[in-house]
Amino acid sequence: MPNNILIVAETRDGAPRKVAFELVTVAKQLAQGMGGKIEVFAMGSNLASAAQALAQAGVSKVYVADDAALDASRFAPELHAAVLADAIRAAQPAVVLFGATGVGKEISARAAAKLDWGLVTDCTDAKFENGALVLTKPVYAGKAIATVKAKSLPAMVSVRPNIFPPVEANASAAPVEIVAVKMVNVRAKVAERVKKAETAVDLSEAKIVVSGGRGVRGPEGFEPLHALAKVLGAAVGASRAAVDAGWVDYGTQVGQTGKTVSPQLYIACGISGAIQHLAGMSSSKNIVAINKDPDAPIFKVADYGIAGDLFEVVPALTEELKKVMAEK
Amino acid sequence: MNAESTFSVVVLIKRVPDTETRIQVKDGKVNTEGISWVISPYDEYAVEEALRLQEKYGGKVTLLCLGSEDAKETIRKGLALGADDAVHLNDPAFEGGDAATTARALAAALKKMEYALVLAGKQAVDEDNAQVAIRVAELLDLPHVNAIIKLDLADDKKSARCVREVDGERDMMETSLPAIFTAQQGLNEPRYPSLKGIMGAKKKPIADWKAADLGLDPAHLGAAGAQIQVERYDPPAPRPPGKIIPGDPATAAKELVRLLREEAKVI
Repeated sequence: MPNNILIVAETRDGAPRKVAFELVTVAKQLAQGMGGKIEVFAMGSNLASAAQALAQAGVSKVYVADDAALDASRFAPELHAAVLADAIRAAQPAVVLFGATGVGKEISARAAAKLDWGLVTDCTDAKFENGALVLTKPVYAGKAIATVKAKSLPAMVSVRPNIFPPVEANASAAPVEIVAVKMVNVRAKVAERVKKAETAVDLSEAKIVVSGGRGVRGPEGFEPLHALAKVLGAAVGASRAAVDAGWVDYGTQVGQTGKTVSPQLYIACGISGAIQHLAGMSSSKNIVAINKDPDAPIFKVADYGIAGDLFEVVPALTEELKKVMAEK
Repeated sequence: MNAESTFSVVVLIKRVPDTETRIQVKDGKVNTEGISWVISPYDEYAVEEALRLQEKYGGKVTLLCLGSEDAKETIRKGLALGADDAVHLNDPAFEGGDAATTARALAAALKKMEYALVLAGKQAVDEDNAQVAIRVAELLDLPHVNAIIKLDLADDKKSARCVREVDGERDMMETSLPAIFTAQQGLNEPRYPSLKGIMGAKKKPIADWKAADLGLDPAHLGAAGAQIQVERYDPPAPRPPGKIIPGDPATAAKELVRLLREEAKVI
């Protein structure tokens, strides 16, 4: 019975996404119970430097499917899932790990159905206990935590970004094997990339998130939040109230019907803390709440709270941070 | 039957707790007492899109739902919005399964149905699996487009162009039909049911299908067929009480920065 772990590493603009290195940490934790080797698979185009970076992540081998047809700007779920399934059949792992990004969740689902494997989505922990793969998975957007077992192996797991620390680069590099890409007939495909991600790090992967809610009072009210985010290198999110009011793009919504985030630092500005918002952000490592209403429920989950006007507190915070950063 | 009336859209819906619901966990199980149940919000966008297609092209909207007898109430909610009829996969053999067994049952049901396209939510907001609809597409050898925020059919209804949004990127995607589309927030603004719709829903047909109707072996369905099993549920770990930082904005901001650097060590 094979007991290797295969990591499916996503790349963006020729470099592995950060979650790929976090998955190596997960794989090492699993390998303690399972034994077996840790291997990596990446697909895309012009992957030479990404493959090199992955090869230095303390893994045994890197498989690369490098073909212009696999470029992210030409994403075709049927082709990507077929190439992925071929790679999995060839590598014969017991566990395949994905980052629980949008694309990671999509291709893992299609490949899992193709191979008829079990798949557990968006896990925050993965262990091998008494010969079984045991996963921790937030459900109801984090209002409850499920302990999930794979009754049999092989199985697939996607792991939420920002939960595990990424591994550091290793001086020695593992071998890189270029795998053949078998084309399939695709019916659904990207015709045009309308908008590229504004930053390399999106909301669900950001280390720091600054979010605004009803208290921001309008689209221009997000300006001081953007200024604060710029100083911190943070992504900007929003509550459902701000999105429903049309002040910001729904792609920025944090909560049960938006994105679930687990950054190192979450700064909630003018957000009262509706239960559906709390569900999406309460697994953040540190939470700061800035709100006029000292009784707002957001203060119940905050590590640090300032009961004050965000239009006074946020600029003061930005100025103080600028000062402190300049001293560093 | 003329060509117009054969344009059928099937929408996959799931019954889930309202997102404003507090989820209580007791003895490793989710306590469902007092929960108000709704159509999963992303599925609502799918229902709305199907109704808009019907307004444009005519034809029929059918809901397909796997769930216990209690799901009838949720199916009626969808019928009240304007769907014409529904298929309820209602058999204990379907229950307690994983994404794979649920997709297997839904795919088998779709094989017996007529459709130009299938719509579903990008994920159900209970288990947050985000995989059932895509698995169904693979099992039926259909193309899928995930997380769409816009859908336009070609005049001949043999292909579609849509916009999808994933990981901060926005793509225009094309696909032939039939295909499965999963709905993302932003696709449309779901309507509320009218009183007439609610009254009319009571008379709309809901077909109950069992595992035997689908020609499926119960051993491959539900809890019996699942490879993935939930062992237990727990409440999330409580957060330790926080500090309220006093003072005027400048003083409080200064103290907050100090705490974030020296105590939390995050900046």
